[in-house]
Amino acid sequence: MFQYVIRRSLLIVPTLWAVVTVVFFLIRIVPGGPAVAALGTYASEEQIRALEHQMGLDRPIMVQYVTFLADLCRGNMGKSLITQRPVVKEIAQALPYTIDLTVAGMVLGILMGVPIGIFTALRRNEMPDYFGRVGSLIGISMPEFYLGILLMYVFAVKLDLFPVIGGGDLRDWGSRLYHLVLPAFTLGIIMTAFISRMTRSSMLNVIVEDYVRTARAKGVTERMVIYKHALRNALIPTTTVIGLYAGILMGGSVLTEIVYSRPGLGKMMVFAVKDRDYMTLQMVIVIFSAAVFLLNLLTDLLYSLIDPRIEYR
Amino acid sequence: MAQAIRKGLILYTFRRNKTSIVGAVMAALIVSLAILAPWISPYNPIEQKVKLQYFPPSLAHLCGTDGYGRDEFSRILWGARVSLVVGIASVLFSMVFGIPLGVIAGYKGGRADSVVSRFNDVFMSFPIVIFGLLILAIMGPGLFKIILAIGVALTPRIARLTRGSTLSLKEMPYIEAARAVGQSDTKIIILHVLPNIFGDILVMGTLWIATAIIVEASLSFIGLGVRPPTPSWGSMIRAGLDQLTNAPWLSMFPGLAIFLTVFSFNLIADGLRDIADPKLRG
Repeated sequence: MFQYVIRRSLLIVPTLWAVVTVVFFLIRIVPGGPAVAALGTYASEEQIRALEHQMGLDRPIMVQYVTFLADLCRGNMGKSLITQRPVVKEIAQALPYTIDLTVAGMVLGILMGVPIGIFTALRRNEMPDYFGRVGSLIGISMPEFYLGILLMYVFAVKLDLFPVIGGGDLRDWGSRLYHLVLPAFTLGIIMTAFISRMTRSSMLNVIVEDYVRTARAKGVTERMVIYKHALRNALIPTTTVIGLYAGILMGGSVLTEIVYSRPGLGKMMVFAVKDRDYMTLQMVIVIFSAAVFLLNLLTDLLYSLIDPRIEYR
Repeated sequence: MAQAIRKGLILYTFRRNKTSIVGAVMAALIVSLAILAPWISPYNPIEQKVKLQYFPPSLAHLCGTDGYGRDEFSRILWGARVSLVVGIASVLFSMVFGIPLGVIAGYKGGRADSVVSRFNDVFMSFPIVIFGLLILAIMGPGLFKIILAIGVALTPRIARLTRGSTLSLKEMPYIEAARAVGQSDTKIIILHVLPNIFGDILVMGTLWIATAIIVEASLSFIGLGVRPPTPSWGSMIRAGLDQLTNAPWLSMFPGLAIFLTVFSFNLIADGLRDIADPKLRG
């Protein structure tokens, strides 16, 4: 088991390296290069040279690449082209807002999605199931930003219960939570739709298994059959799929942050695109991809933990 | 013969499946509205009339007017074209590359499989929206670039699913039989593998069209969509967000349009999946 965890975790290194490499080279294949893109077509030759020198773009590409990797390993992510502050600092400032949002969205999604999934599976082809299925289909068809605007319009503009924009004061837990409610529900409702669908279908798969029938046959109470025999096995596929939704979670957080003007990584990334701040952009993208990869790894490990049938080879 | 029966069965189940019928009717309606946009839209979608700024919905302007006095309803009709073209074209693009990659990886196994799978792992670490954003940030906005960006982002996902379907087919007796009588790999893939993963591909395609439409809307909401003044639903919502208190219709109606379009494709896919996986039917 321990060995498996180590071996599986070691995979982080090559995958992250590949992700960083893809982002590095993609950004540098722009005709004219990031410096031209950053300064616009009216910049003088000198300005472009100066910026290229500052970014280290006048050196051969492989030298840049190696320096970039070496810097990255030391935790040096370069300077923002716009604010001139170290990218690490900017990211550290934005990160708590994004972590709050994604964690809250995921937790809400699990807390609402798993019970709904179980309930609809048990009431299969009855009214609750019908509503659950249509409801979850509506949820997965809803772009995060549209749901965000709807919630914002009803609860912030019309009812005036929550703030319209901003991320609140990080040191003040009340304000932090107050600003988190609507964005978290925006993301949480979308995640609920995905998770409840998955839980329902894995529950349906499990209910017809022989061991469930056996449990019933030997007179175990229905409650025990559901919770002890069916649910435990249904949660296994659900757990892995939650990892697969990491991408949806991260992508969704970007859009939710824009709707609510939360000063998190997503908003930072979109501003970096607008300002053509490639140094910031590449690092934020790397962080998002690393998060997706790590969440997948975590669910994989969790999977092996809750399913004793998995072999640790 | 067997193929004909299978196809007949798919059609039969499809007709019995109410959800997919509702979805198909909705999608057909939206597609016809998009095609007919030049003839049925009441106003020119890009004509600006300063005197008509922020008119609320009325009989003359069903969905109101925007900050440039443009008719929102006409813009929604025209915007459907962008959404549908991007949705369908990007999925076709990703299938052209993803299906061969997936079939080869699944059928050949070994080194081909590990190379394709490792590539997929890396590219799937990028959430679709973020990958699209990266590509568009580099290339700049534009219709073809969006199709390319979403198409590239979807390719590894299509390849992965195709690989899975192929793997489960590979050990089937009829594939073994075909190999035993000396059919070439190419022939086996074309005659036996592809027709049998067709159902999976169909479900996948419809599902991914729904996703691609959401991604397009998200990217144009971020500001990386088609160039203005061409209307697209995402950028209309973005413009409406700034006016949420005094002109809420500007974000509500295009949002509803996206939702209904994506919902219709998801309904079709949901019904198709029941056909592909009878265990989950119900």
